[in-house]
Amino acid sequence: MSTDAVSSQEVRFSDERLSEIAELVKRYPGAQSALMPVLYMAQEDFGYISMDAQKMIAEVLGLRLMKVREVVTFYTMFKEQPTGKYLLEVCTNAGCMLNGADELVAHMCETLGIKQGETTADGLFTIAEVECAGACAGAPVVQVNNTYHEKVTAADMDALITRVRDGGAA
Amino acid sequence: MTISSDPKQVKQICFDNINVPDMNTLAVAQKHGAYTFLSTVLKEFSPSKIIDEMKTSGLRGRGGAGFPTGLKWSFVPRNTGKPTYLLCNADEGEPGTFKDRDIMRFDPHLLIEGMIMAGFALDVKDAYIYVRGEFVHEVNVMNAAIKEAYAANLLGENILGSDYSMNLTVHRGAGAYVCGEETALIESLEGKPGRPRFKPPFPAIEGFYGCPTVVNNVETLATVPAILELGGAWHAAIGIPNNAGCKIFSVSGHVNKPGNYEVPMGTSLKTLIEDYCGGLQHGTVPKVIIPGGSSTPWLLGEHYDTPLTYDDLMKAGSFLGSGAIIVMDETADLVAFTRRLTHFYAHESCGQCTPCREGTGWLERVITRVENGQGTQEDVIVLGDAATHMAGRTICALAEGAAAPVLSLLKHFPEDVQACLGENA
Repeated sequence: MSTDAVSSQEVRFSDERLSEIAELVKRYPGAQSALMPVLYMAQEDFGYISMDAQKMIAEVLGLRLMKVREVVTFYTMFKEQPTGKYLLEVCTNAGCMLNGADELVAHMCETLGIKQGETTADGLFTIAEVECAGACAGAPVVQVNNTYHEKVTAADMDALITRVRDGGAA
Repeated sequence: MTISSDPKQVKQICFDNINVPDMNTLAVAQKHGAYTFLSTVLKEFSPSKIIDEMKTSGLRGRGGAGFPTGLKWSFVPRNTGKPTYLLCNADEGEPGTFKDRDIMRFDPHLLIEGMIMAGFALDVKDAYIYVRGEFVHEVNVMNAAIKEAYAANLLGENILGSDYSMNLTVHRGAGAYVCGEETALIESLEGKPGRPRFKPPFPAIEGFYGCPTVVNNVETLATVPAILELGGAWHAAIGIPNNAGCKIFSVSGHVNKPGNYEVPMGTSLKTLIEDYCGGLQHGTVPKVIIPGGSSTPWLLGEHYDTPLTYDDLMKAGSFLGSGAIIVMDETADLVAFTRRLTHFYAHESCGQCTPCREGTGWLERVITRVENGQGTQEDVIVLGDAATHMAGRTICALAEGAAAPVLSLLKHFPEDVQACLGENA
């Protein structure tokens, strides 16, 4: 099903999520503070944060859509487009660059036949260069979805890609 | 507390129990002294005594600015009729910095205990830890530790039977370096884009939702329990006068054993790199040492013996910053390295101040041209001009951070830049 075909009626948080959000809002002096955590919930539940999801969130938190839009677009970790099942985020900043991150990205792009920022045709992998991951002792660092992999070699990435393609976990 | 009460014997403070297995669990943390002194603080210390001890301790903020913590706390007005908020800055994003991550994932209760003590001193009812979005594991560890602390009446209503109550919430950022700037962090925590605010008013007067707010770094707050238990004078006697205590240095780049090392202030760069980090990957003297994160000016091999203190690093022409030391040996391509940092700052500029929004883009485009062999002498002049004119003309210090590597490259390694220039040179 094309994601564009999902109507706003279908992008809905579950009742559990809605009660979770109601509890969350109480932790802050203002409901808008719950916006970022709620955006993460949407990303977790729907894979990415579509315009319909943004409208729904604005309604749930009682915010104008623009308030939601400006936050979604300001922060790099909120995704308005779907990514691959495995988002391979390679830090190429200072410490990682000094320890072979550029060569690692080049190797990964060649192995997967895609460019930085692209997703493989099977929808399994997206490669993204990211800014300092804050784990420079483990350079080069690759964040695979929510998990940090440190001192990553080209062979490590090849093995991970093979594992996933064979139906295993990253 | 298992740290020696003799300041001369103290080698580390925040990392005292960092290698203890399962220190993230309350049971193990308590076996190693966590929360043992908290009850005494809540029942026998007055807020003003705590602030006095913090002032005596000489502790300076460990996030980068080095502002005296006790003094910062003393600026918070009392009885304003508004709540006071305590925010822990765990948005560790300065390239090269990775120390707060270890405190959170290995010893989260140390941070929680420090926050309860700070919260008590400042009459805080709601405290928050703003953690950078990528640190999902650390957020999970912190949340699990907070849950255990609530269950043990270390957080929530009437902590340990005292009159003091405090709530603690972890809030995830979402990949914006600028949110490490305290007023941008406040904006972000209010659910807005992280754009720094004009100061004054300072957060101590008008911060989170317009209320008095203290923002402290993870390492700063994690030092509080030791100071209150062993005394401000004890802490002041560690390290060097005006540079008291121990400091965690995150060392990365061309060293054999990169990592976090906590040492007494005043330890030399050379000692840290050779005795702790296993020396350089190539050669014996570094080509460049960036002592306080990517935004601080570069030091050279001639500075290798500099003691690691706020004052000595400033005398050498740089800053201690967050203690993020990036080391480069002879193999480093300094033009490419600088180009990569200009890309970082251009990407992270929040865009509200023109000199930064435009300047960071100029720096990246021009140095990329130079690196690719298409640069001219005029480009070299533009780089220096743009960098010089950005600094000091913006709301926050991001522009200065962006200018620092470019100005350092031009000043110390003009021959490296010249070597890249193409036939148009």
